[in-house]
Amino acid sequence: MALDTIDRTAKSLVLTVQDYSWFAYRAFMNLWRPPLYWPEFLVQADIIGVGSLSIVILAGLSTGGVLALQSAATLAAFGATAVTGQFVSMTMIRELGPVLTGVMVSGRNASSMASELGSMVVTEQIDAMRALGVDPMRKLVTPRIFSSIAMLFFLTIVADACGIAGGGAVTVFMNHQNGTQYFAMAWEHLRYPDILQGLIKPLFFGYILSSIGCFYGMRTTGGTQGVGRATIQAVVAASVIIIFVDFFITQILLVLFPAL
Amino acid sequence: MNEPANTMLPDRSPAAGPVLAFCGVSLAFSGPPVLEDVTFSVAAGETRILLGPAGVGKSVLLKLANGLLRPDEGSILLFGEEISHMPEEQLFAQRTRTGMVFQEGALFDSLRVRDNVAYQLIQERVPDEEIDSRVREALRFVELEETFNLLPASLSGGMKRRVAIARALINQPELLLYDSPTGGLDPVTSTTIIELIVKERDVYRTPSLLVTHRLQDAFTLCTHHFDTELGRMVPLPKGETDPNTTFLMLEEGKLIFDGSLHELIRSQDPFVREFLE
Repeated sequence: MALDTIDRTAKSLVLTVQDYSWFAYRAFMNLWRPPLYWPEFLVQADIIGVGSLSIVILAGLSTGGVLALQSAATLAAFGATAVTGQFVSMTMIRELGPVLTGVMVSGRNASSMASELGSMVVTEQIDAMRALGVDPMRKLVTPRIFSSIAMLFFLTIVADACGIAGGGAVTVFMNHQNGTQYFAMAWEHLRYPDILQGLIKPLFFGYILSSIGCFYGMRTTGGTQGVGRATIQAVVAASVIIIFVDFFITQILLVLFPAL
Repeated sequence: MNEPANTMLPDRSPAAGPVLAFCGVSLAFSGPPVLEDVTFSVAAGETRILLGPAGVGKSVLLKLANGLLRPDEGSILLFGEEISHMPEEQLFAQRTRTGMVFQEGALFDSLRVRDNVAYQLIQERVPDEEIDSRVREALRFVELEETFNLLPASLSGGMKRRVAIARALINQPELLLYDSPTGGLDPVTSTTIIELIVKERDVYRTPSLLVTHRLQDAFTLCTHHFDTELGRMVPLPKGETDPNTTFLMLEEGKLIFDGSLHELIRSQDPFVREFLE
């Protein structure tokens, strides 16, 4: 009995991975073949990018501030409070900026994609679209994926900047350290490979969160309850996979750029 | 839309062959077959009413007819082309030649009625002025011109179905597929919808396949015609039926009846008798 359950679960998992891979591949390849729905790209870029700006700014500011607060005590023990700026900027740009933005935007947009597309599936709007001769993959999925990739790139830059600013505010106003020193250290020790690492990651995270959101939305079954289930699955899967993939991307980038 | 533009209409002569043909079609999901060895055809100018209780595979059959689902076995010819193995890309072009009315209307809830009805025209990049005029014409046909700028959320269930009919008709389809167009509606609204279907049938003569479990609607379709002079649906003389409107009946995925209203009424099949009574 237990073996049957394991067998069924394993088969279902493999099938889901196979379906997702095919889905993500088709969505990606659609970008290189007409028709392309450019107005949809812009609408989605607005929803995903501008719509997520406030949460990314808030998350960036608080995370940078917390980093400065937490690091100050430890660094003071070694007489190294001067490197707070370097610590905050490196951490934000290389790691926390991309991952935090990815997870925050997943919570907001992977869920909205899954619920929006899921509702369209259960109300037969997707079938209606196909019956009217329009490919829902091209019209709905591809624009969401590429808008997410583009917008996550810019949102990560915003999160990095806000994190460094938040850390600076805490350093100056709460830790009573020198602001010029903080920003000088944050800037001077920054190298191009650090920025490269921080800006490659959001491209992957944007693809992951949107393709998973759309995938779970498009395979929704079971009415409104199914829409809720798809939404939860999308957010959980996207967040976990972003953190998991981050580990591997970091490893690969460290191999490609050993000086990092 | 009140007078058909003959020059633009496709060839609907019987000699052109069946518009839709199912041959030994079977389909199962995970469990017993939903459809089993189903064979029938829809000829040019013909209206076929698919009867059967809920859950016998009527809607599945309709989706197969449009290539929205694929059969496990058998072949489906749509406009003479085998669609059961046709790639999705080619199916999109094939589907633009059909019009489909979904069970609950399936209107795009974030788009205005104008954009819903014009959806196909917008994708084809038809100029805005032409879109507006054709949408108004289609909405006038279903007597809902005043809803042009409204969102679907502000329409009643019956109005949504009528807008869905307008959307299906706007591109002058060569085959119409109706999925329970009166399901869940009150009798008065149902009659309005049936009147529209009769009007479409008698004015444009578009072949159609209509799924329903409501006998009254099916009989009304068969025993009435649209009087263009009176501008409304009127009963045919007693004992007469529309010769081009015939019936199919499904029982647990199997086609158990294919014939006229008179043959249906006289059928001795126990399931048909039970359904009729």
